[in-house]
Amino acid sequence: MVEETTEQSGFRSEIADWITANCPSSLRSEVMDENLIVWGGKNWKFKRQDQKDWMEAAIARGMTAPRWPVEYGGAGLSRSQEKIFREEMARLEAPTPLESFGLWMLGPALLEFGTHEQKSLFLPPITRGEIRWCQGYSEPGAGSDLANVQTKAEDMGDHWLVNGQKIWTSYADQADWIFALVRTDRDAPKHKGISFMLIDMRSAGVTTKPIRLISGKSPFCETFFDNVKVPKSYGEGISSIVGEVNRGWDVAKHLLTHEREMIGGGARGLLGGRSLGDFLSSLDDNILADPVIRTQAMELEIDSLAFAMTMERYKDQAQSGRGVGNASAMLKYCGTEINKRRYELLMSAAGSEGVEWDGPHGALAPEWLRTKANSIEGGTSEVMLDIISKRVLELPGK
Amino acid sequence: MTSLLETEDETMLRDAARGFLTEASPVRALRENRDQSRAYDPGLWREMAQMGWTGVLIGEDQGGADMGHRAAGILAEEMGTTLAASPFISTAVMAATALRNAASDRLSQIAEGGVTYALAVDEGAKHNPAQTSVSAEKSGNAYLISGVKTFVADGRSADRILLLARTAGSAGETAGLTVFDIDATRAGITRDAKPTVDSRDHARITLDNVEATGADILGTLDDGMTLIARALEAGQAALAAELSGVAGGAYAMTVNYLKERKQFDRTIGSFQALQHRAAHLWSEIEVTSSAIINAGRVLDTSPKEASLAVSLAKARATATAKLAVSEGVQMHGGIGMTDEYDIGFYMKRARVGAEWLGDYGYHAARVAQARGF
Repeated sequence: MVEETTEQSGFRSEIADWITANCPSSLRSEVMDENLIVWGGKNWKFKRQDQKDWMEAAIARGMTAPRWPVEYGGAGLSRSQEKIFREEMARLEAPTPLESFGLWMLGPALLEFGTHEQKSLFLPPITRGEIRWCQGYSEPGAGSDLANVQTKAEDMGDHWLVNGQKIWTSYADQADWIFALVRTDRDAPKHKGISFMLIDMRSAGVTTKPIRLISGKSPFCETFFDNVKVPKSYGEGISSIVGEVNRGWDVAKHLLTHEREMIGGGARGLLGGRSLGDFLSSLDDNILADPVIRTQAMELEIDSLAFAMTMERYKDQAQSGRGVGNASAMLKYCGTEINKRRYELLMSAAGSEGVEWDGPHGALAPEWLRTKANSIEGGTSEVMLDIISKRVLELPGK
Repeated sequence: MTSLLETEDETMLRDAARGFLTEASPVRALRENRDQSRAYDPGLWREMAQMGWTGVLIGEDQGGADMGHRAAGILAEEMGTTLAASPFISTAVMAATALRNAASDRLSQIAEGGVTYALAVDEGAKHNPAQTSVSAEKSGNAYLISGVKTFVADGRSADRILLLARTAGSAGETAGLTVFDIDATRAGITRDAKPTVDSRDHARITLDNVEATGADILGTLDDGMTLIARALEAGQAALAAELSGVAGGAYAMTVNYLKERKQFDRTIGSFQALQHRAAHLWSEIEVTSSAIINAGRVLDTSPKEASLAVSLAKARATATAKLAVSEGVQMHGGIGMTDEYDIGFYMKRARVGAEWLGDYGYHAARVAQARGF
C-alpha cells in the first residue's frame, strides 16, 4: 500500500472540513433512496431546502463535477484527489449533491470528443444543474444491434430534419435536451453513417410517452421525432453534432463503456453494507434455517464479496491510469447476474409476503421485477459475453 | 482496504516463477513423476530452495527470504498453472507458518530445503480439525500417541510430521489439542501410500504407541488449535492460489484448443455456444483472482483476522477450478478424455485440491459464520 503524500493528506483533511461545513447534517446518514436523488433541470423542484443548499455549495466549488476542468464548471481534481473526495464523502455519509446523465455521460463524451466552444456552452449548465439531459440510443429495431439506428437526420442546408423514434429514453419526459444517435448517411455501412446529435427537447415535433414496465411505473419513455428541425450550429464553432458527422459510433462506444461500469457497480452496497445474512434475518428470523435458502445465501455471499473486491481492483486499476478496457463487460455481466440472484433469493425468503405489491417489505416485488432488466439494459449479458470472447479472449469471428 | 493491484515486485516474482516452472516443470514433468511412481522430483525441490521459495515465509535471521503470504500465493498459483508437484504448501507454507509462530529453531532447515514436512490433521473423509481423536496419553514424562490420520498430503515422502493430537478433552472440542513435531520414521509410525487421482503423495498414517516428549511439542500444550489454525489458514490461502492457477492453466489450454480445432469447416472457437462458455469461465477466474489476492494481503497485514478472507478465497477457488476443468474437458471433446492429452491432469488436481484443507461447504460455513448468518 502506497503511503499518502503530505499533499494528499492535506487535501483529505481540507475536503473533509469542506464537506462537514457545507453538507447539512440533516442530509448526512440519510438512507439512500431513489426519491432523494437531485437531478436538476428546468423542470426540477426541490422538495427540501437542505438539498438545495448542498447542491449550491457544491456548485460554488465545482464539486458537482470534481474531475472536470474549472473553466467548464468542474473542480479540476486529479484522479487521486477525486478518489480522496469520494472516500471522504462516503466516510462522512454525504449524498452526491447532483446526479444526471449530463454528468455521467454527455460530459465525458464532450470532454473527449467536443470542441472548446461546445464544452463552454454545454458543460457549465450541467454542473449547475440547470440543464437536464437524456440519452437517445435504443430504438424499437435497434436493441442489442444498437448500430441499426434508423432515426434519420436529413441535411437541409442550415439544419437537420430529424424523423424517427427512440425507446428506453430514461426521464425523457423530464429532460431539457437529448443526446441522440441519428443516421446521417443511409448509404454507408451501418456503423459508419451514424452521428451523435444534441437536440433541444422543446423543439417542435418532439413528443414523449412513458413506458409501463412489468415492475410498474418507470422512468423510461418512448421519444418521437416528427419533422424536427435541428440547427446545424448553436453558435460560432458549436455544431449540433459531437465529433465528426457520420462518426457518432465512436462516441457512443466510448460512452457505453462508462454506462457498463455504472450498471455493474449497482450490484454493490445495495444492502447498505449489511451482510446478506442480516438482511435475510430481518425478513424472517428462521429463514436461514431453511437448508436451501441457507445454501443459496452462502453461495451468493461468497460471490458478492469476491465481486465487490473485483470492482475495487478494477477501480484502482482505472485510477492508476491503466485502462480497464473491454474487461468492463465482465463487471457488467457479473454484477447484474449477481443482483438478479440476490433478488430471487430475497423473494424466496420473503415468501408469500414478497409477492404483495404493497406488502410488509415495501417495494421488494417491483424491485425484484426491475432487476430483470439489469442484464438487458446497457448491453445484454449475451452481448457482454460476445465482447469478452472476441476482444479479451480473441476467439475468432466466423 | 489495501489495494489488490499487483505491485512491480510481485509481477517480477510472478514472471520469474513462470519462466522457471515452464522450463523446469511443465505438465509433462507430472506425467513423468506418475510414470516413475514418484510424488515429486527432488531435483526440482532443490532448485526451489536455491531460489528462496522454501524460505518464502521464513525470516531472514533464519535464512529465509521473508517475502510473505501474497508472494507464497503467487508461487503456488504458478505451480498450479503447470501442475508442478512439490511439498511446497505442506513444508514452506504450513509447517513454516506453524514453526515460525512457535519460534522453532528448525525453521532454517526448511529455508535451506533440508527438511520436508507433512501435516497430519484429518482423520475422516472430511476436513475437521476439532474432531481430532488421535490421542496422546501422558505416560510418565512422555506421551504415547495412538490413532489413525488420513489424507496426509506428502505423508509418505516427508522427513517430519506435524501431528495434531488430543491431550485433553474429547472429539469436537477445540481445546485440548496439541501439535507434535516428530520425525516421520519414529518407532510406531506406519505410513501407507494412498495413491490419489492427482498422482501426488498422500498417505494414511497409523500411530501405535508412538513415544513423544515435551520437547516434541510445538507451541503450547492443549492449545495446539491456535497454532495449527494459523498454519492451516496459510495453507488454505496458498492452496486457493494453486487452484486458481489450475483453473487458469486449464482455461488457457482450452482457449488455445478452441482457436485451433476445426469442425464443420470452422474453427470451433467461432461457435457462440462455446464462446459464451469460455467468456463466462474467464469472468469467474477474474473474480476469483481478487479473492486470492485479498487473502494474501490480509494474511500479510492482519494474520489473526484472516479467517473470512482465506475461506472466501478457498471457496471461490474450489468452485472456479471445478468449473474450469469441467468446461475444459467438455470443450476439448473426445481428446480431453484421453490420458495422452494433458487436460485430465488438471481435472484430477482440481478434485484433490477441492477436498484438501476443507471443501467448499466447510469454507462456505466459515464465511457464513464470519458474516453473521
